[in-house]
Amino acid sequence: MIATKSKSFEDITGFIEKYHNIFITGCGDCAVVCKTGGEPEVAAMKVALEKLGKKVTGTAVIDPSCHLVEVKKTYQQHKEEVLNSDAILVMGCGDGVRSILEGMKKPVYPALDTIFLGETVRGGYFKETCSLCGDCVLDRTGGICPFTCCAKALLNGPCGGQSKGKCEVDKEKDCGWIMIYNRLKEINELDKMTQIRQAKDCSILIKPRELVVEGATVRVGAR
Amino acid sequence: MSLLEERVKSGKFIVTSEVGPPKGTDVHELLEDADLLRGRVDAINVTDLQSSVMRVGSFIVCHLLKERGHEVVFQVACRDRNRLALQSDLLSAAVVGIENVLAITGDHPVLGDHPQARAVFDLDSMQLLLAIKGLQEGHDMVGKPLKGIPKFYPGAVVNPGAEPLEPEIIKMEKKIKAGAQFFQTQAVYDVKAFENFINSVKHLKTTILVGIVLLKSAGMARFMNKNVAGVFVPDNLIEEIDKAPDKAKKSIEIAARLIKELKGLCQGVHIMPIGWDKKVPDVLDAAGL
Repeated sequence: MIATKSKSFEDITGFIEKYHNIFITGCGDCAVVCKTGGEPEVAAMKVALEKLGKKVTGTAVIDPSCHLVEVKKTYQQHKEEVLNSDAILVMGCGDGVRSILEGMKKPVYPALDTIFLGETVRGGYFKETCSLCGDCVLDRTGGICPFTCCAKALLNGPCGGQSKGKCEVDKEKDCGWIMIYNRLKEINELDKMTQIRQAKDCSILIKPRELVVEGATVRVGAR
Repeated sequence: MSLLEERVKSGKFIVTSEVGPPKGTDVHELLEDADLLRGRVDAINVTDLQSSVMRVGSFIVCHLLKERGHEVVFQVACRDRNRLALQSDLLSAAVVGIENVLAITGDHPVLGDHPQARAVFDLDSMQLLLAIKGLQEGHDMVGKPLKGIPKFYPGAVVNPGAEPLEPEIIKMEKKIKAGAQFFQTQAVYDVKAFENFINSVKHLKTTILVGIVLLKSAGMARFMNKNVAGVFVPDNLIEEIDKAPDKAKKSIEIAARLIKELKGLCQGVHIMPIGWDKKVPDVLDAAGL
């Protein structure tokens, strides 16, 4: 799940200040779960912009807005409304903004801040669990990512700042490495913690990355 | 072999202390404070942007102290530099004859005075130790040969009061495998707890210099108990410093007593004066060192 939060309404109206005709898109996937870009939020945005005197030419909740094919389909269904707009306000993640730019070619503006990839613990509570590092180490860490759950992304155990299982950066937060230690102990794999882990190869993180799947061939790399 | 390494190998009880570079270019007082330790300590650590506060760097202060005839321990934190810069600074240090290196992870920048800074941690302390080992073997982290091979005496840190302790000991074992030849510890006030720690790491047969931080007041003790990971000042010590009319005198007395009690348990002591640098010689006198 891509966690998002709404930007302030002042920020949003600032972005689109010079435009009168606005098309609004939401996202039928993650932004629904985060309550930042589903049907109710898009409808409320429409009302709020109209109150300011803007004309909302149309709205669409794309499922999902990170899928270029879906975006193009929506464009065909709402062609008139999109073409009549000066700009599109995107209530989806950062990728939604980019996909809508590519699929609709209008000026696009973000209504949300995209925060992390994580777990929906329950409605309204999400936590970051994966950093998309491209070289998964979860086999050695009991399924808990040190790259994400340790504030320093350490690979060889807790730093000297951990205190009774809490992180030096935030005493309310669990130390990722103590979580890993406890888990490895539980599953009798503590020996994995005794092995020295080499520094990460950051060359695989050069952005922007792309993934190409052609039959059995999978290619990942910088574009 | 560095002077510190020679002294450790001779079996002498080791005494190290430390200085913290200033924020700003005036290093006058720091050099004076270091001179007070001349002939009294085996080496002086120079901290590396301690507490994530921007200051003069460890390397240049090590160089200045070295020129004045002091044996130094170059503290290198992983917080601010990537592997290129870390290896480069190690080579630079070796060029001017700095051999003792203390590899540390470093506090997170958010705890310091530039909380907006990007935290680097490209390497962790373990991987830094491996890099040091590689340089000493004549190659960099990617195996490229060096023109001129540095000689280091690498050390690391350990927190004897860590809770839970087991992961800390696992990491200590790994640090030894990665090349650490000596350890300086977080501040210790609880002799019994330190003894337990020593008993659980006896099999590692390494050199441990126990950390002593001068206790300045009851407020400082309570602050450390609440905020400094793995540091526990027992109630009786808090009461002792609280009731003392002359805090400085009592602080020196407590530090000296702790050193005497801890002396038999490890190979040396590392005194962190935290601003009370001028009192270190008095502590050493009182401890009979």
